[in-house]
Amino acid sequence: MTSSSLLLLLILIAAISYFFGRKRSEVVAQSVGGVRYLHSLPNYYGLMAAVWAGIPGFVVLSLWVMFESTVIQGIVASSFPDSLKALSESQTNLLWSEINNLRSGVITNASDPALLTAAEQLTALEDRSSILKTILTLGLAGLTGAIGWKLIRPAQKARNQFEAFFRILLMLSSLIAIFTTVGIVFSVLFESVRFFREVPFFDFIFGTKWSPQIAVTADVPGSSGAFGAVPLFVGTLLIAFIALLIAVPIGLMSAVYLVEYASSKVRNVVKPLLEVLAGIPTVVYGFFAALTMAPQLKNFFEGIGVNGVSSESALAAGLVMGIMIIPFVSSLADDVISAVPNSLRDGSYGLGATRSETIKQVVFPAALPGIVGGILLAASRAIGETMIVVMAAGLAANLTANPLEAVTTVTVQIATLLVGDQEFDSAKTLSAFALGLMLFFTTLMLNVVALAVVKRFREQYD
Amino acid sequence: MTDQNMNAIERLATVKEERMKAKLGKRYAKEKRFRAYGVASIVIGLCFLAMLLGTIFTAGWSTFYATEIRLTVTYDADAIGVSDLNDESQLMFADWGALVKNAMKERFPYVSGRSDRRAMYSLVSSVAEYDLKDRLEANPELLGTTEEVWLMADDEIDALMKGQVDMSVPENERRISDLQNSLVESLIESGELKKSFNTTFFTNGDSREPEQAGIRGAMLGSFFTLLVTLALSFPIGVAAAIYLEEFAPKNRLTEIIEVNINNLAAVPSIVFGLLGLAVFINVFHLPRSAPVVGGLVLTLMTLPTIIISSRSAIKAVPPSIREAALGLGASKVQMVMHHVLPLAMPGMLTGTIIGMAQALGETAPLLMIGMVAFIADIPSGPLDSATVLPVQIFLWSDLPERAFVAKTSGAIMVLLGFLAAMNLLAVYLRKKFETRW
Repeated sequence: MTSSSLLLLLILIAAISYFFGRKRSEVVAQSVGGVRYLHSLPNYYGLMAAVWAGIPGFVVLSLWVMFESTVIQGIVASSFPDSLKALSESQTNLLWSEINNLRSGVITNASDPALLTAAEQLTALEDRSSILKTILTLGLAGLTGAIGWKLIRPAQKARNQFEAFFRILLMLSSLIAIFTTVGIVFSVLFESVRFFREVPFFDFIFGTKWSPQIAVTADVPGSSGAFGAVPLFVGTLLIAFIALLIAVPIGLMSAVYLVEYASSKVRNVVKPLLEVLAGIPTVVYGFFAALTMAPQLKNFFEGIGVNGVSSESALAAGLVMGIMIIPFVSSLADDVISAVPNSLRDGSYGLGATRSETIKQVVFPAALPGIVGGILLAASRAIGETMIVVMAAGLAANLTANPLEAVTTVTVQIATLLVGDQEFDSAKTLSAFALGLMLFFTTLMLNVVALAVVKRFREQYD
Repeated sequence: MTDQNMNAIERLATVKEERMKAKLGKRYAKEKRFRAYGVASIVIGLCFLAMLLGTIFTAGWSTFYATEIRLTVTYDADAIGVSDLNDESQLMFADWGALVKNAMKERFPYVSGRSDRRAMYSLVSSVAEYDLKDRLEANPELLGTTEEVWLMADDEIDALMKGQVDMSVPENERRISDLQNSLVESLIESGELKKSFNTTFFTNGDSREPEQAGIRGAMLGSFFTLLVTLALSFPIGVAAAIYLEEFAPKNRLTEIIEVNINNLAAVPSIVFGLLGLAVFINVFHLPRSAPVVGGLVLTLMTLPTIIISSRSAIKAVPPSIREAALGLGASKVQMVMHHVLPLAMPGMLTGTIIGMAQALGETAPLLMIGMVAFIADIPSGPLDSATVLPVQIFLWSDLPERAFVAKTSGAIMVLLGFLAAMNLLAVYLRKKFETRW
């Protein structure tokens, strides 16, 4: 039976158990003088019966589905002849795809007779696994369902038991956030460690040449690949800097105007309109940057006599990214500026200051920590942004600070290295995970600092 | 002496006043300038928005119309080389293109010569013959008869009809020859060329031929991906929010969870793609390019958004309601499930819809898990290979054919339409069910 039909069956079993558990509680209640002498409402007896019948089977089924293919592959691989076991990882992957093709009938002639037996073994094991899975899941559901059925009696604290179960469920849900973080850290860390075994850490951090292509034959120049990430870091920072140069003044000034000057009518119209900018998918910005902004910038600069402007210039990507994070800066600045208490403003007006003087000399200094925090968050956004740079920035790793030249960024490299088929034993693929590790920790640091700064600012006026 | 003193004081006062006035003028000018900066930055921001939407709408509008050519097609068995439509072996070698070619030859008998003929054939889309094939296979009784059909025009002709081709440049520098132009003109005169609503765009999957490429596959892929995301992230997000707001003890673990959720909300989306690739595909061997994996990755990505907004919705429920429920003898779980949750539900739904809108527009993590493959088939379930709308946009934006620029913009318009609808729904829900306590 397939896993999805088993799941449906389990749900059905749980629903039936609920119904009969409820009925049974009403029946057993007769012996003690009616439903009102039960410990809990009949509903809870039914729910507990459903939990007993459904949950153990569900846990076993999901564990089985998660590890089924890995275990079966392991068993088949252990019975490979020694000649096949000695192969490298990428060759083993090829073997597996050949085995799968043999099984689906795409090819009929195996390059090695051992593969045919492996394919047969795999099919046999999968059949057996499927039968075993069905028996185990349904058997367990029946067994625990019977236990749940047996447990129903007037003194069973069904409500308390169900609520305890429910709380555990809630807690597990909230733990997923931790599992996600742990998953991210381990997945990038694990592959990065493999990468740093091949490429020394300091070569990666301080190297100035990036060309991850590894030639097939050893005599081609640059065959070993160069993994110096400095050009990527510089490119990322250059684009992020341009973006902030656009977004910070515009975002900040719009926030100031909306909070301090605009009537509530204007504010109600303009604020949502600006926030539309934040809701537009990044791929749309990328398209705009690549097809409209970049050619126009090139034309403009060539019109004023600047030659050699790249059509994938950092300026185009940075400019469009800046547009994207305007609403981000403005809504964060809006929050912190509104949080500055009015008594400060009134005091300033009372001393004869104009509005702009009040804003510049009283409101800004008071809101500064919050604004800095907001800018840091915007910077982390800009560094981690992918689609705009994938579509509008270049692929070649130039170490330059000239915004009119093409640069590449960390996210572009991760995306291009990992799109398409990869083999997981080459430094080229693994380098993407090392870059991911760098990216994750940089943005994490920026966020932690920014959130701490904003939090302290909030506490100051709460 | 006193007189002079008075004069000096008076003079000093006037000087001061003048200075003050001058300074005041400067201060007011500064004030005006500052205000103008504010207005200017808002105007710049809105201009960017208008420019962005303007370019995309002007470029994408034409996608929704397609050019079709009317041809009188004779379903000649000899020309196709098929005598029995149920015979698979014959169908494999059938020459469907001959139908279109014969019809074209009949329409323009005066075109002769190999290259001219070829130019003539290329007026009709190169995949139009398969439309005829499908039509014939569905209605076998048509074999041997003649009928008029509207066939899709080639993308270059489509561009010509939409005024995107500059006919003033020398003939060898444009994609449409003078002969083709004259043929098109004669078709227009006789009413055998029309612009119609482009249904192909909404009913076809991806294709390398721009006139045949559609977004149905991508739309369904997005739908299945969002379905998985919604089915997982809504219950988990709400449960986590309830736990953190109502049940969690104030200890280290809870604090770690809270910090974690806030940080996850700001992790770059591409990192989630790395997680999906390393865990779901390399460890659990889930199928590549499948909406299930996309849904799982997007679930992890949208969870923080949903948890944060659900928590604020729960926080907004006044404690008096909780106390009343507890006072009447409800257990804590009953209080939450029967009273707090229903009251907080509109806020939670709003947050979820906004999270879903984010997930719908997300591209980068899906590139990592292989949803970028060229997939012409339309997915029929969350386990089939599929791509999603934003990734389709990304794929099309890379293609060199001019017609794909319009296609890309058209797909963007559809995507923005969905996003706008979702966000408006969220705003409507918030307005309708918002309760002030």
